[in-house]
Amino acid sequence: MSGRVLVGVKRVIDYAVKIRVKPDNSGVVTDGVKHSMNPFCEIAVEEAVKLKEKKLIKEVVAVSCGPQQSQETIRTALAMGADRGIHVEVAGKDYETLGPLQVSKIMAALAKKEDAQLLILGKQAIDDDCNQTGQMTAALLDWPQGTFASEVSLDGDKVKVVREIDGGLETIKISTPAVLTADLRLNTPRYATLPNIMKAKKKKIANVKPADLGVDLTSRLEVLKVEEPPQREAGVKVETVEDLVGKLKETGRI
Amino acid sequence: MSVSACFATSAYCLFSHGSNSPENSEAEGSSETSMPPQHPHMYSQTFTCRRPQSISRLRLRTVCGLHSKILAGRTITDPDLLESSNVDWLKTVKGSSEVLLRPQTTEEVSQILSYCNSRNLAVNPQGGNTGLVGGSVPVYDEIILSTSLMNNILTFDNISGILTCQAGCVLENLSLYLEERDYIMPLDLGAKGSCQIGGNVATNAGGLRLLRYGSLHGTVLGLEVVLADGRVLDCLATLRKDNTGYDLKQLFIGSEGTLGVITAVSILCPRKPKSTNVVFLGCETFEELLKTFQLCRGMLGEILSAFEFLDSECMRLLNTHLKLPNPITDCPFYIVIETSGSDQDHDSQKLDNFLEKAMASTLVTDGTVATEQSKIKDLWSMRERVTEALTHDGFTYKYDISLPVERIYQLVTDMRQHLGDRAKSVVGYGHVGDGNLHLNITSPAKDPALLAAIEPFVYEWTASCQGSISAEHGLGLKKRNYIYYSKPSQAVALMGNIKAMLDPKGILNPYKTLPDDLK
Repeated sequence: MSGRVLVGVKRVIDYAVKIRVKPDNSGVVTDGVKHSMNPFCEIAVEEAVKLKEKKLIKEVVAVSCGPQQSQETIRTALAMGADRGIHVEVAGKDYETLGPLQVSKIMAALAKKEDAQLLILGKQAIDDDCNQTGQMTAALLDWPQGTFASEVSLDGDKVKVVREIDGGLETIKISTPAVLTADLRLNTPRYATLPNIMKAKKKKIANVKPADLGVDLTSRLEVLKVEEPPQREAGVKVETVEDLVGKLKETGRI
Repeated sequence: MSVSACFATSAYCLFSHGSNSPENSEAEGSSETSMPPQHPHMYSQTFTCRRPQSISRLRLRTVCGLHSKILAGRTITDPDLLESSNVDWLKTVKGSSEVLLRPQTTEEVSQILSYCNSRNLAVNPQGGNTGLVGGSVPVYDEIILSTSLMNNILTFDNISGILTCQAGCVLENLSLYLEERDYIMPLDLGAKGSCQIGGNVATNAGGLRLLRYGSLHGTVLGLEVVLADGRVLDCLATLRKDNTGYDLKQLFIGSEGTLGVITAVSILCPRKPKSTNVVFLGCETFEELLKTFQLCRGMLGEILSAFEFLDSECMRLLNTHLKLPNPITDCPFYIVIETSGSDQDHDSQKLDNFLEKAMASTLVTDGTVATEQSKIKDLWSMRERVTEALTHDGFTYKYDISLPVERIYQLVTDMRQHLGDRAKSVVGYGHVGDGNLHLNITSPAKDPALLAAIEPFVYEWTASCQGSISAEHGLGLKKRNYIYYSKPSQAVALMGNIKAMLDPKGILNPYKTLPDDLK
């Protein structure tokens, strides 16, 4: 086994930022808005770095698809302990229509090229909430998948994954190479400490184009409209129980 | 009653309604009469707060008068509803007010004060009730005048950055409003979700951004104040420069509701920085922390917007009570540095240079940096939530001291040594950049013996360095009699003159800010 783990990291609008819809309803405002690494991707990086610290794997490679700024996201992964990065350049119109299918094709190509033992992704991105990339990549590679992982343990060439499912927890054992997607409780991502931030500046980030990987970025999806959820209306105060009953009847609640 | 008795005992007793019974040894004064309590043992044990003959007792018909004449529907007399307004945020002092008024306009405030002044009724102005020195709650049955419903933003000029608003606007709401318009408030404090701007001005609140944007004395451009007799003083100018006569608003800034009720504020707001970074560093010694501060000033000067510290005891409390993990390895001291600037690339460059220098020179042993909003919030919580963590540790004795910067931590060390194991925790944190220490001591329960060990030791120590016994929290109820540790008698006497001139009947927030011996 190569002992190499690929981790996908996505640059998204920071979760603490207030999202604003563009006036033409074509999307959300991203210009000048604070971006950061998708929280589930942070958890994925943390898991990979933990595996390396336990000496179960040898190298962690952080991958991101996007414009120039995606390199910052890769740097954050490097500061957390990843060894090197790969930046797949996707910009302009291609970036606007970049979705799980195209990213899966890119990830699959890279996983083969880098001879990865594991591909760890966040379970979903907080901007589109698709929750598809991990699953699609596994299907394209014909690899087993351990999704919504809340616990991961390596055992030779097998991986035991505890998955968070609706009814509770499901434990599965899959062989490597495999795709894992990280859920919230998998771990608590570390803060990047200064010495590591300094070291990260010297780590390498390779530049790759999707065409080099033989990937076609055409999208089959078209966003028709983006709108805000309905505004929450103010509550109404009533003076007596009779008033309350009256109001409930009025609005057809009872 | 002697003044020295007041100094020796603490102000941290629960004032409860009326009774003169011996069991209730902490009760103070009674609303039946305006004479001091008759039991001798109460004098020695408790802190006496004499209710002047001049202040009238609240009678039911007065309440009805207020209700029907001025504030129908916004006069609260229900004891359950009054409970939270009668007790301070720290839950250390409690009043027995029977009436809470909630005006919506300056005119209503004027009518209320005019009414109360003519009938010698004491009034306690109250904003968010987040004050830490017992100044925001009644002592006896003072009528609580709440500004909570006066929460309108009046104007905002996005060229000059001047905001005018009513005094009851919550600080966080003002911040959110401004941030949408690319500006920020010039002050920020942990209590932002509850505190109101009128209260902030009345306390001359400092906070986390003072290092960069200065104090309210500089950023407040105008005030509208209702005086004790109901006259409305309109000094709500929105001019950056106006040297026409005495600058009256400065009197009210920091007056803690004793000279007038602030009803509107105009304040100069800075532009929202395009680039914010927060750095969390660890240092081995306080000397290295101070050297880091100097290095920081030199290399980050114009973008530095906050420089705060906390010690390892604070970290322990955060870990234990709030389950917040340490972002870095355990160190004796931690620093929170914030930079705010207009260009992310430039600021990152400056910050990188500073961090490399700090690490290379081993002034700093570990650290982490945050540029994203969410991470910035997390790092700031390490400093902002220490106050909260302390409330879970036990009864807290709070001291907010201004000292020469190089002596700040010496007080904490000396206090630890002085108290030995009489105290549960002794922690130090604060605005080290402004020379302001927050010294906090906890014990499992309120402990008069411990208090006697702490005070006047802490005040005498402070006075010996010509420091201030209250850097930003104000004097309120708890610290009013310690004013002489930081101000000469002449100055205090003059303050008394000004109070007598502006509030001759003494109805505005009595028993607060000025010492008892001024009467």
